[in-house]
Amino acid sequence: MAVITYREALRQALRYQVQNDERVFLMGEDIGAYGGSYAVTKGFLEEFGERRVKDTPIAESVVVGAGIGAAMAGLKPMVELMTINFSLLAIDQIVNNASKLYYMSNGQISVPLVVRMAGGAGSQLGAQHSHSLESWYAHVPGIKVAVPATPYDAKGLLMTAFDDENPVIFIEHTALYASKGEVPEEPYRVPFGEAELYREGRDVTLIGYSGSVHQAFRAAERLAGEGIEAEVLNLRTLRPLDIEGILASVRKTHRAVVVEDDWKFGGFAGEIVAIVQEEAFDDLDAPVLRCSGADVPMPYAGALEQAALPQEDGIIELVKTIV
Amino acid sequence: MTADVVRLLQTMMNIRRFEEKAAEMYARGKIHGFLHLYIGQEAVATGAIAAVRDNDYLVTHYREHGHALARGLDPKAVMAELFGKATGVTGGRGGSMHLFDVEKSFMGGYAIVAGHMPLACGLALAEQYRGTDRIAVNFIGDGAVNEGEFHESLNLASVWKLPVLFIVENNLYGMGTDIRRVSAVTEIYKRAEAYAIPAEQVDGMDALAVFEVTARAAQRVRSGGGPHFLEMICYRFRGHSMADPEFYRSKDEVERWRRLDPIVKLRDRLIGEGVITSDDVVHMQAEADRLAEEAARFAEESPAPAVETLHDFVYKERA
Repeated sequence: MAVITYREALRQALRYQVQNDERVFLMGEDIGAYGGSYAVTKGFLEEFGERRVKDTPIAESVVVGAGIGAAMAGLKPMVELMTINFSLLAIDQIVNNASKLYYMSNGQISVPLVVRMAGGAGSQLGAQHSHSLESWYAHVPGIKVAVPATPYDAKGLLMTAFDDENPVIFIEHTALYASKGEVPEEPYRVPFGEAELYREGRDVTLIGYSGSVHQAFRAAERLAGEGIEAEVLNLRTLRPLDIEGILASVRKTHRAVVVEDDWKFGGFAGEIVAIVQEEAFDDLDAPVLRCSGADVPMPYAGALEQAALPQEDGIIELVKTIV
Repeated sequence: MTADVVRLLQTMMNIRRFEEKAAEMYARGKIHGFLHLYIGQEAVATGAIAAVRDNDYLVTHYREHGHALARGLDPKAVMAELFGKATGVTGGRGGSMHLFDVEKSFMGGYAIVAGHMPLACGLALAEQYRGTDRIAVNFIGDGAVNEGEFHESLNLASVWKLPVLFIVENNLYGMGTDIRRVSAVTEIYKRAEAYAIPAEQVDGMDALAVFEVTARAAQRVRSGGGPHFLEMICYRFRGHSMADPEFYRSKDEVERWRRLDPIVKLRDRLIGEGVITSDDVVHMQAEADRLAEEAARFAEESPAPAVETLHDFVYKERA
């Protein structure tokens, strides 16, 4: 199997979709002539032309809204918003329109729209370019949220996103575009709502998604050296959430730590903790803990930024308090 | 394209009577939530919607009962929606502000001011992508013009030459705020010129003027000329919603505008020109009464949506 980057995996899925579905077109800020701010769509304009690959004004609300409108009319648009930070300018369209048109119209209208954006931190981009706001979108019924951790996930989840009849918020990780992994050349789908058992273990479950899967995995490898076998779950999608997968692992290990880049207060890990204690209280031997980002706007300086993000040491420390 | 003038008058009378009946039902506790009546503005929806094709998309604001009826949505199903009944146009899920009928290309009433403008651009974009001559007609209120989505939408529509016709119903108040108190430029059509979109101001109390200007504008949009922008000067005779005590405008002002009633204007003109007689008007009013009465009765007798359906239509499954 070929080893390619997360970026190339995304490119393969997008190229496949444009080549194989006439309803698919791509639009976003600088996806064409510039090639995409993370170079995911580099060369697409030359290959597919302006009808399929549209450079837009810097106007996130109308760009997402136009994507919704085109989806309402039966097309399958993909909107790229560069980063989750800019998606805040389009949150009215995502929350007030995309998420609820199917419901409000009593099933008359659906919105098969894919909105891609880069989230997370770790690249010293400063406070306004370093957000992990996936929990905001996962909060809203009617939306699906995909959070790929690996090149394999990136391609397979994006393929699945285009099959979906609902709006999909597809959040890539800004620090993972150059990461590499094995990816089949042929098209394949990674189903939504099925977590990946990223590493098997018996003593504690580390639950992560997107970038935090890798911190959790590195922590697990180190813990193994000390005789603690941590299981690592890669959630892949936050909505739908693989609740059964999480519970099955917790029922096996009886302990869990959720790892996330997000702020702890009101963050997504809190939701997982709540579900586990509601559904598997009697299976737990210890409180479910969270290893989250620091409760600060993301600082620029490298040392401060790393201190604000969950790290292996912090995960290991938490694990040792419950194992 | 010539107007069926008698039909225009009948439609306006039907809308007026429907809205009066809705107000009555609201007062009787049959309708809940916000109810925004279209009384006074009937000429805009009636004239404009008659001037476009039946399959042109309509994307409207939340004061949209008139637009729905003008497009031919079943008054019974619209009233049932206001009642929150299972037989409503969206089965009681949408309510007064969110009427939808996709088979009639009625793509919805929206309750976030200006938030539906990007959708109209997207519907127009889809038809441009497919190469059809179908257009999108986007109704907004004067309250929308200071929102960012207004400016983003006009810019995108213009730079991509999207087949969308923007129609502002300038009834002089954004809810209870006089446009002069919050808008740096109160002649709204001039704002479209900033985006190189042809724009005109129209007497929105005159159904025939609305029809003629809209027909011309729609033709231009349909033939690939890019977006067009119409400002309809009009007035709502009732409060913003049923909850509005109307402290912000004088009774004199309302009275002055009531004398410009669009239904009276067209009725008197048609009688004066010998197109219809006073007897015809009596029959037409009886028809409007009958439709409103029938709609209210249908709504009243319809069942509430089954609570078991609460979770239906959150996510669509693949066919």
